[in-house]
Amino acid sequence: MSARHKSFWSTGEPFVWLTGGALTLALLLVVGLITLIVWNGMGFFWPRQVIRLTLSDGSVMTGQIVDREPLPGKRNEYRIKLKVANRDLYGADFQWVDESRIVKRDRPADVAVIERTEWGLLIGSLKEVRDGDKTIAVGGASAWAEVQKRMDETERARRQIRAIEKVEIGAINARQEALRLKLRGFELRGITSGPEIEATQKQLAPLREKYQALTARLAELRKGQSLTLVVTADGGKEKDIPLAQVLDVRFPNAMGFAAKCVFYLAHVWEFIAGEPREANTEGGVFPAIFGTILMVILMSIVVTPLGVLAAFYLREYARQGAFVSAVRIAVNNLAGVPSIVFGVFGLGFFIYGVGGAIDRLFFAEALPTPTFGTGGILWASLTLALLTVPVVIVATEEGLAAIPGGMREASLALSATKLETTLRVVLPAVMPSILTGLILAMARAAGEVAPLMITGVVKLAPSLPIDGQWPFFHLERKFMHLGFQIYDTGFQSPNVDAARPMVFATTLLLLVIVVFLNLFAIATRNRLRRKYATSAV
Amino acid sequence: MAGSVSVTAGLHAPTSQGTMMETAMVEIEQLNLWYGLKQALTDVTMSMPKHRITAYIGPSGCGKSTLLRCLNRMNDLVDGIRMTGSIRIGGVDVYDPGQDVTELRKRVGMVFQKSNPFPKSIFENVAYGPRILGVTNRSDLEGIVERSLRAAALWDEVHDRLQESALGMSGGQQQRLCIARAIAVEPDVLLMDEPCSALDPIATAKIEELMLELKDSYTIVIVTHNMQQAARVSDYTGFMLLGELVEFGVTRELFTNPRNKKTEDYITGRFG
Repeated sequence: MSARHKSFWSTGEPFVWLTGGALTLALLLVVGLITLIVWNGMGFFWPRQVIRLTLSDGSVMTGQIVDREPLPGKRNEYRIKLKVANRDLYGADFQWVDESRIVKRDRPADVAVIERTEWGLLIGSLKEVRDGDKTIAVGGASAWAEVQKRMDETERARRQIRAIEKVEIGAINARQEALRLKLRGFELRGITSGPEIEATQKQLAPLREKYQALTARLAELRKGQSLTLVVTADGGKEKDIPLAQVLDVRFPNAMGFAAKCVFYLAHVWEFIAGEPREANTEGGVFPAIFGTILMVILMSIVVTPLGVLAAFYLREYARQGAFVSAVRIAVNNLAGVPSIVFGVFGLGFFIYGVGGAIDRLFFAEALPTPTFGTGGILWASLTLALLTVPVVIVATEEGLAAIPGGMREASLALSATKLETTLRVVLPAVMPSILTGLILAMARAAGEVAPLMITGVVKLAPSLPIDGQWPFFHLERKFMHLGFQIYDTGFQSPNVDAARPMVFATTLLLLVIVVFLNLFAIATRNRLRRKYATSAV
Repeated sequence: MAGSVSVTAGLHAPTSQGTMMETAMVEIEQLNLWYGLKQALTDVTMSMPKHRITAYIGPSGCGKSTLLRCLNRMNDLVDGIRMTGSIRIGGVDVYDPGQDVTELRKRVGMVFQKSNPFPKSIFENVAYGPRILGVTNRSDLEGIVERSLRAAALWDEVHDRLQESALGMSGGQQQRLCIARAIAVEPDVLLMDEPCSALDPIATAKIEELMLELKDSYTIVIVTHNMQQAARVSDYTGFMLLGELVEFGVTRELFTNPRNKKTEDYITGRFG
């Protein structure tokens, strides 16, 4: 090796490049990941142009271009993937078209994209509006005018129907179920007749009457929705769609930039605040957001005191020695146990063990239908609390170790007891570390999916774990979760292609929520740090 | 109060009556102490007079801090410690099984080598002790805080920023704050464990001045590496070596006319 070479290596320069390169690679990966998710997730809601292709055989295809790729084995020849929608008419949402077959492309302004409650998008031009058998508007322009006029009314009726179904009938059902369980309870105790049973049964009658009245009202509302929109799609196929199923009609090719922005924001809002439709491939993810956040909060409420108290015992009270060291190592290792193991433990211990016991003791009348003996948000939160408790313990312990011993001595020398010292001096000083642990725990819990799948997450939960029905908190209920939703929509839905943008949007949302939860905790920690800075001098 | 004792022969302590007798505040008899198998203190017997400054000098590891920490039972926190003998403060046996440790520490305050203010406001630091003792009234606390800070010669410097963090103060101010905090509970005895070892000469001078002012109200026991400091501030000085109290006497006597050869060697710098 020449002297020059030697000096090059001995400068340490290559090592600097190596370390810098590793960091750059890591940064690029992170930036790439975030860009991909943000781009795909945010682009989902932007109204795409609808393009009409006339093919060489004379047929016409209308749809939105979603992809373009070279034809295999040929140079400079491409094919495009067209979202033609109209699943009910064509049988598939997407079509591949070779560009060589296209003779004409245009963007007709009168093509409508209709969002409806079932079957995904409908793309075509408006033909007429009918009321029952009677045609009341013919032609694109007048049909559109009629639709606009009637949309509000339809929307109102839809809301009313939904309110009756969900809230009022839901309340009656809950009440009926409670009474049924009460009767079953009497039966279990061997009471088959008597004043209590008669009184209970008497309560059932008015509920039934009320139920009848509500169903009658529903039928009336549904009868009022007699309007039908007729849409012509490619190849002259016609679709009669009841206006009650139409959520939104738009003409993307005729939209200005401002209109597109409004549309974009409206759809982002619908995504965040709306209910899912069509097996979670359309609509919003509100129940999943709610479930995720509620679960993280419940987990935090459990894990913080548990972890902090354990750490205090380990560091402040336990006699340091081999045993405590062993415990410490065990706690650290617990953090590395695969999360599905915790899921299985949650299933075996919380659900079958604790939940089963609760059912036998307090909900015997509902058996064999389990109440707490099945997956639910409470058990999922407790399972995640177990999963994350090592993180809180380790962070708190490190914080406790960093508090100068002189601070404890100062307090003791001022005639404070050990407890007073712990509560008034040590606890405030260790607060930032506790929050650090909590931040890590929350980030881990919000993204964890595997243990949830066996402890209470479902694809579609009929009602939220908190609602207006007594006792308001229904922690035994199953819930929806963004992480699981991503998995489910992305891989388990009947129409994976159509659901893909939804997957990215949901992923982005999950990221945003985790970031926000973390920012909140970091802000709190920094505030506390300023208040209880522990550096001496 | 405790009985009178004659401290040493040839005593001409600066008492107001000019007598040769002083009232003992702290009396230690035959104190032996072991950390595990290692003996840290051997047969220490002595008394410290009331409203005087008593200093301990000696090389590192000679047991002077251990002795100090026996006085307010801070050594209780150390595992594997064993001791014999007795310590009485104000006539009360410190290690009596019936003695409440917190009660004792209320009477025996302590200032540590490294200033250790709590990460709280200046006000809360001084109010900590009184709060522990059950003072909750805000105006009472304010009175105590002002009095203590004045006594610690800190009031003029910090009276307009009492709510700011104590950790923003200079090292010397922090140490005086610790003194203010210790005297806020009005102890009888104030223990100081090398209070100036981390401070610059100006801050040290301030603390020394403060000690001289405080000795009218408190019995002060100070451990120091710094022989000049002991000579400057203390009325009595003890020289410790390897866990034994080699010599104890009036400061001026001990420094000018040591009776023990080892003391002489130490103060003349021949070893240690």
